[in-house]
Amino acid sequence: MGTPQIPAVSSLPIATSNLEGLARRSEAVAIPLAALLVGMVLFSVFIMLVGKSPLDFFDIMWRGAFGSWFSVQNSLSRAAPLLLTALCVALPARLGLVVIGGEGAIVLGGVAAAALGWWVDGASAFIVIPLMAIAGMIIGGLWMGIVGALRHYRAVNETISSLLMAYIAIALMNQLVEGVLRDPASLNKPSTHPLAQAYRIGNIPGMDVHWGLVAGIVACIISWLLIEKTRWGFAARIAGGNVRAAQIQGLAVGPLIVGFTALGGAFAGLAGMIEVAAVQGSANASLAAGYGYTGILVAFLARQNPLAIIPVAIFLGGIDAAGGLIQRRMDMPDATILVLQGMLFIIILFSETFYGRFVIFNPDLWKRSA
Amino acid sequence: MAGEIGLWGVPLAILGGAIRVSTPFIFVSLGETITERSGRINLGLEGTLVFGAMTAYGVAVETGSTWLGLLAAALSGICFGLFHGWICKFPKVNDIAIGIAMMLFGTGLAFFFGKPFIKPSAPHLPAIAFGFWSTIPQVQAALDVNVLFLIGAALSVLLWWAFKNTRAGLIIRVVGDSSDAARAMGINPNSVRLLATGVGGAFAAIGGAYLSLYYPGSWNERISSGQGLMAVALVIFARWNPLGCFAAALLFGGAGALGPSLQSVGVTQGYYLFYATPYVLTLAIMIATSSPGRSLAGAPGELSITK
Repeated sequence: MGTPQIPAVSSLPIATSNLEGLARRSEAVAIPLAALLVGMVLFSVFIMLVGKSPLDFFDIMWRGAFGSWFSVQNSLSRAAPLLLTALCVALPARLGLVVIGGEGAIVLGGVAAAALGWWVDGASAFIVIPLMAIAGMIIGGLWMGIVGALRHYRAVNETISSLLMAYIAIALMNQLVEGVLRDPASLNKPSTHPLAQAYRIGNIPGMDVHWGLVAGIVACIISWLLIEKTRWGFAARIAGGNVRAAQIQGLAVGPLIVGFTALGGAFAGLAGMIEVAAVQGSANASLAAGYGYTGILVAFLARQNPLAIIPVAIFLGGIDAAGGLIQRRMDMPDATILVLQGMLFIIILFSETFYGRFVIFNPDLWKRSA
Repeated sequence: MAGEIGLWGVPLAILGGAIRVSTPFIFVSLGETITERSGRINLGLEGTLVFGAMTAYGVAVETGSTWLGLLAAALSGICFGLFHGWICKFPKVNDIAIGIAMMLFGTGLAFFFGKPFIKPSAPHLPAIAFGFWSTIPQVQAALDVNVLFLIGAALSVLLWWAFKNTRAGLIIRVVGDSSDAARAMGINPNSVRLLATGVGGAFAAIGGAYLSLYYPGSWNERISSGQGLMAVALVIFARWNPLGCFAAALLFGGAGALGPSLQSVGVTQGYYLFYATPYVLTLAIMIATSSPGRSLAGAPGELSITK
């Protein structure tokens, strides 16, 4: 998008002095942290304007998010789907694409898993659970792969098409859940047939957090290795900087774009499968709970770095987990969390403008200022 | 219901529905056309629309005047637009990503301040009964045209004319096609884009005000079904032409009215799929009208979304 981006020097295998490398690396940590701090200060002003105490707010938020073992587990559970849906944004972003419709892959992945679990009812769980995961990933991958293919082969803008596809996916899910896949016993809340208990995903031993968290962390590590340590990741970064240059170099840009969007979609589809098998027990309208949209925020806060997604997802999972407590204790609407998220999002995007501007972080400016 | 005129009820209901459903699309897409013609894209109009819906409803409840509500919504939309326009002038700030963030922020603020207005009911915007000559209730219902639709129709003609024939229209087009050419003419592209985004925000907020003050005519957290975003796609389909926006909005409105119209004559199969018609239509149109290797006819040269 816009001007071609040159890969950051720090990530090239050129030996620079340790000090210079350190300066560039600390920039990538210092600026987002400073932005986060500024966002919190601005949000405090907002809280004061509506007549509440920011100190109370952050105190309650801390307690609701990470203050006790119970709340930590709650935050980690909420982080699990965010890890996967953030990858649905971060992987295509490596190629310069802004994909925001991960919600569609979640709901369809969840429906596919629930349908499969019902269809093969009776088979061994050791086969069925992996099959459900694969079904969710295939459907999610296909769904988002279409977005990538449309982008490359038809030049259809991926931001808008992914979002339209999310609306279509939710309509499809509603149609299936209220139609052919509906469990006649689900009266008030139309759902698919509940999964057999054997097919449910349990908790990590010693914790009240399901295995989805582990799946999410593993997916983030795999994505990081893919981007940083393989030739596909390297090719994707070149194509993300300048498509024409990549094509001249003989890189297969089309398959790269489709592959990265499809992989992102597969992870989001897996998030849907986990939501069904670990949380809901069946596919229903609760699948469209907005994880796909919060995942966008996670990916941008992590600056599209899969490893950074892990702490950011836990942080936002914590904010999410504290929402209920803030609502009850401070008598504030549940949308307070949305306002905070929106503010942080804007500030983080705004902070992009400061990269390379500070002398202390930019070795190129050292000589000039000296 | 449809007994007297039988299946004729379906096209009639679609016509009436198209007029009702298309109005917010007209306003959001006209606003986005102004913004995009200046070379910037504002995806945050969805948030602006929801905030405009809340503001209009809240002010109308408090003052009893729908027009004051409309005015307040437009002012809030200008603020959101100006903020987007201001923040995007900084280098390396991505207008599409900021739009997504503004969508979240605007929606969050609207839900935050809108909580007390979910219960009380506000007055509605007036409509003009063009169906007075008929005694058939369906015809009357279909031809009950709200004033914002008429204003939107007039505005699309006015904007179409203004882009071609006025100095302001020319300035916006120059800035949208080439920042360098604009600078050579002594125009500051950032100022023009700031104003264009501000006006675009006002239009989007009026679209939102229509949702809460006319159809469906209430304020709740599900007031928007993505109109603000679909309008962005619609602008591309309309090739940045205000008259095209009007026609495309009507088409979308008709598609959106298809499901409820069929339901009214007893077709209930596939209700949710009919609900998806506008989205499928948008996507199909985007696929049909885009093509790799060349930029879209009529696209502003500085627009990041078509690059």
